Amino acid sequence: MDIGGINLVVLVASLMVAAVPILLAALGELVVEKAGVLNLGVEGMMIMGAICGFITAVGTGSPLLGFLGGALGGMVLSLVFAFLTQVLLANQVATGLALTLFGLGLSSLMGQNYNGIKPPLTGAVPFGPLRDIPVLGRIVFSHDWVVYFSVAMVVLLWWVLKATRLGLIIRAVGESHEAAHALGYKVNRIRLGAIAFGGAMAGMGGAYVSLVRVPQWVDGITAGAGWIALAIVVFASWKPWRALIGAYLFGGISVLQLNLQAAGSAIPVEYLSMSPYLITILVLVIMSSGRGRAALNAPAALGQNFHAAR
Amino acid sequence: MIRLEKRPNPSRFWLYATPVVAVALTMIAGGLMFAALGKNPFEVIRTIFWDPLFGEFAWYLRGQLLVKAGPLVLIAVGLSLGFRAGIWNIGAEGQYIMGAICGAGVGLAFYPTESRLIFPLMILAGAFGGWVWAMIPAILKTRFNTNEILVSLMLVYVAQTILAMASTGFLRNPEGAGFPGSRNFSSYPAAQNPELIAGSGLHWGGVAALAVVVLAYVLLQKHILGFQIKLAGQAPRAARFHGVNPATLVVLCMGISGALAGLAGMFEVTGPAGQISIDFNSGYGFTAIIVAFLGRLNPVGILLGGLLMALTYIGGEMASTNLGLPSSAIQAFQGMLLFFLLGVDVLTNFRIRSLIGRSTTGAR
Repeated sequence: MDIGGINLVVLVASLMVAAVPILLAALGELVVEKAGVLNLGVEGMMIMGAICGFITAVGTGSPLLGFLGGALGGMVLSLVFAFLTQVLLANQVATGLALTLFGLGLSSLMGQNYNGIKPPLTGAVPFGPLRDIPVLGRIVFSHDWVVYFSVAMVVLLWWVLKATRLGLIIRAVGESHEAAHALGYKVNRIRLGAIAFGGAMAGMGGAYVSLVRVPQWVDGITAGAGWIALAIVVFASWKPWRALIGAYLFGGISVLQLNLQAAGSAIPVEYLSMSPYLITILVLVIMSSGRGRAALNAPAALGQNFHAAR
Repeated sequence: MIRLEKRPNPSRFWLYATPVVAVALTMIAGGLMFAALGKNPFEVIRTIFWDPLFGEFAWYLRGQLLVKAGPLVLIAVGLSLGFRAGIWNIGAEGQYIMGAICGAGVGLAFYPTESRLIFPLMILAGAFGGWVWAMIPAILKTRFNTNEILVSLMLVYVAQTILAMASTGFLRNPEGAGFPGSRNFSSYPAAQNPELIAGSGLHWGGVAALAVVVLAYVLLQKHILGFQIKLAGQAPRAARFHGVNPATLVVLCMGISGALAGLAGMFEVTGPAGQISIDFNSGYGFTAIIVAFLGRLNPVGILLGGLLMALTYIGGEMASTNLGLPSSAIQAFQGMLLFFLLGVDVLTNFRIRSLIGRSTTGAR
């Protein structure tokens, strides 16, 4: 199944891998925004996750610990955001930007001695004979565990947000913090938990970039993936399974443009490499115009700080 | 147990004191970071903040101050107008690049003219380039209600790709032996942005920055548009009743900030940078966000904030050559400053009350 020198099965299999970082980060941010917090620092948390995960994995030799280290790195940075916005009531947009600017600087500071090192390999999950099924084996059974973890998180978050008490509380805090406060929920503490979860997910996504996708450390390695994750949350209209579609769509575009570059397509390389960003803009326009469905589904208290007056 | 109590009005004292406190806290936290890197924190802080002004090479470095502060102030004043109105243009870096490409492109198209008109034409082209790039998120925002933060940021990545195309393709120096980068403006006198007073570091970009500070101050204090900008940020509902059209405000604020960022890019590329190259932009568009907050979104404050931020650039370079401090440490230091600015700001709007020894009923 070759189209223009690109094998379709390999394309689908590799888009699933390419989508993992933005999918993890977008799922984390989705929960944060469901709780009514707009954290624009996803890019900063991702790149901190990328370097923390890389350092941990190289230091311990264990990719698993690397992912945990990445999640921890993203979470620690997100707690700075949580402290500033939930305790000191700072503007969320500006603080999120600060998180990104600081994360980019700190990560390149931490990574200065890690250029050109290979991280330990994250192997595929051994499915044995299942891998040899034609087409399906390559697409479904040939990946490392993080790919399956990211899909499992989609299902888990869908279930938690839709069907559990915890999900209801998170949504209540995001829709009307005044009402949630009146019911006795600790608005800022719940939001703090959501922010920490978002940070861990973004950090893990970042670690996937430096440990599997690239895999090495270079400055600015995430190259805007965090911002694309933010756009995917809007695209997904705050629904986990739509975030999966969005992430696979963008993973597909980025893999496709890389493959086209490699296959020596007639389209100049520059146009191909700017395509993911242009398509993100296009998708945002489509989602936000029309009947304003995306705007309707946005959590009502998104981006507003809560200060308990009584 | 302490709790925050909202002030009826923002504190005048803390309005001016918070930037100072934030800078002091950043020096302490940054000092700890430098110490963790194995440097003497006092020496590093002195190299960054004292030596460029009063040290051995101050005669040269003081001039560099205006070179770096010019674009920062120019961009930050534009951004602050939007930030005040709740319009978040964070893609100034892209507008800065596009302004540089358009301004330099017009100049290079007429190479090697000696006409005096070419430089004013390039200034217009630079402002136009930035303006157009900012109009994309502005019009998508007003027409389709698309988030201007994400669109303006995505356009930074697009602009960087166009910059790579320009320096390796359509603006490449035809006599440059195939190396990337455009013709150098230092050998193109009519289109050059020269140092106006030798040794001062003042070029037309610095002049423009000073003029813009004055204009923005007058706009915010005396003009109805300035009033509307402030009103839209502080009380959007009241602004609607006052007859402020949010769409007009978005287009104006984005347009002004884009044009100013474009100007900054054009002045930079024809002056200090000298040519279009893949990495002529040094992240001024993002640092300007910090400058805008450091100056409390006030034009005069931004002028001071820009000078201070320029100092960290110059001092940071000195610290990296003399003390071996990694250049990314300065980037982290600048990001830290924004954290502290935003955090300390709580003192302006809230009073900190201690609950010890008092009845806690009613609290929380």
